[in-house]
Amino acid sequence: MISSKKVLKIITGSYLFLFFGYLFLPLIFMGIVAFNSSSLPQVSPWEGFTWHWFHELSQDSRMWDALTNSLIVGVSVVCISVPIGLAAALLLTRLQLKSRDLLYALFVSPILTPGIILGISTFLFWDRAFAVMGGLWTAIVAQSTFISAYCMLLIMSRIQRFDRTQEEAAFDLGASHQQVFFKVTLPFLKPALFSSVALAFMQSFENYNTTLFAIGFEQTLPIYIGTKLRQFISPAMNALAVIFIVLTILGALIYEYRRMMERRKEAERKKQAKALKKAMAVQPVPAMQGA
Amino acid sequence: MRKVWNQAKHEFGPIGLAYVLIAVSVWMLVMVVAPQLIMLDFSLHPLLFPDEIGGPKDVWTLQNYEILFSNRLHMIIFLKTIWSSLLVTVFALVICYPISYYIAKVARGASVGWLMVGLIIPYWINELLRLFAWQIILADSGILNQAMLWIGIISEPLNFRAGNGAVILGMAYAYVLFMVFPLYNALESLDRNQVDAARDLGASWFRIHRRIVIPHAKPGIAIGCIMTFMLGAGTIAAPQLLGSPSSFWFTELIYTNFETANWNLGAAYATILALLCLVFMAIMLAVFRVSLKELSR
Repeated sequence: MISSKKVLKIITGSYLFLFFGYLFLPLIFMGIVAFNSSSLPQVSPWEGFTWHWFHELSQDSRMWDALTNSLIVGVSVVCISVPIGLAAALLLTRLQLKSRDLLYALFVSPILTPGIILGISTFLFWDRAFAVMGGLWTAIVAQSTFISAYCMLLIMSRIQRFDRTQEEAAFDLGASHQQVFFKVTLPFLKPALFSSVALAFMQSFENYNTTLFAIGFEQTLPIYIGTKLRQFISPAMNALAVIFIVLTILGALIYEYRRMMERRKEAERKKQAKALKKAMAVQPVPAMQGA
Repeated sequence: MRKVWNQAKHEFGPIGLAYVLIAVSVWMLVMVVAPQLIMLDFSLHPLLFPDEIGGPKDVWTLQNYEILFSNRLHMIIFLKTIWSSLLVTVFALVICYPISYYIAKVARGASVGWLMVGLIIPYWINELLRLFAWQIILADSGILNQAMLWIGIISEPLNFRAGNGAVILGMAYAYVLFMVFPLYNALESLDRNQVDAARDLGASWFRIHRRIVIPHAKPGIAIGCIMTFMLGAGTIAAPQLLGSPSSFWFTELIYTNFETANWNLGAAYATILALLCLVFMAIMLAVFRVSLKELSR
């Protein structure tokens, strides 16, 4: 019995080791190259430590232009996607529609469509319908088609945990629709709205496939990286990769820390509620089935 | 209909209702449905000179679609896209199922957090950079060739980029994690007591997974497969960065048509790609007997 448990432990351990090795080793190699003086992007032979590639990257004006475009596109996508996502989430959770499942399928369909299709169709549509050539605007619209759906999913999962009696109480006290929305619903949704702003910006900032087809001759940062990587590769790209990786690690740590704190808070709240219930020794009132 | 309208008015108020309706219909009609229809319209028209548009040659035709079936090379590329996306999907499912189960049901305490961070970091890193990492590994003077030369398996560096292998490797690496999170979400809601009860009753490890865990994870498996297949079939980054002139992919075919201004043929091939993913989705939902309703949970 003990030996079979041990075997299982060894298998699990080596699987985890291989799995994370597979995920991280390529990224580690890519990172090391950024600090190698060799002008070919390679790990070995090691020709000495250098910050030169970071310096070279910072001198690249096209990189800065592309970064500026990425920021413009990202902020615009957030401004379009979050309000749309919120509206769609409200529509699906608040109305008792017979066709709810069908609408849901329609709303998430942009996520399940290959990105290049969204780029192509947006590009063709704006050209045909409004004679607008591919550029930053079409890239913004094309990205927003599917990023709105991600925002909707995030906001929906929070709305479903909302206790509708709070809104009903506000209505009973004579609050208007706008007051209830801005004073009760929106504050409750705040965490989900913040995360959808972050998610929308990140999705936009790193999108390649959709943007490539929609953007015409303009460049966002991923388009710039893609163009560079198809030509002669300089280790300056590795320097850029290192910056991305460091930012990503920071982001992941913050995200997981917040998630853990939220879980702890929730567990605490449940414990308190249990204790309170016990102390009062009354039958719990069934929660209103609102959503 | 009237009832829904009254309920909606009661629910949102006039201003709120206007906001919801305008936002959702702009999104669905102007950003999703109309562009798809325009793309379909492009695909059903022949490529014409500007002065021929509106003339007698400007008719609806399937000729762009027929090219795929008459051009043997294009067909081979199309089939290659299908089987390599399938390969990547199966690979992702096989290597991600254990990790998802482990994080969702076996690991406890702080290690769950660290494992999640370990998944999120590579998942969030830009797909181009994930492919770039393999460009470096597979280069002629790259680490893999150097290692193999050093061990002595080969005497000359191999050109890994020559065939389709590098693109498939890159696809697998770039999209494998899109399988993990749907699986994890599905498995997390599994009651651990069910597994314990089956084990106490003497069920084998294999049987527990086949009869309890996998049936529970079905919606997650379906979504994970749909996402991975779609990303694999629809990627242009992977062939652009890891392909070679001798390995041409379907997305590159579409891109070339847009570059050479044959938007009609490009639109037709794009429509075919969209249909392929739709068919795959329908098959997955049918095989795993998952309804749209279950996906919406």
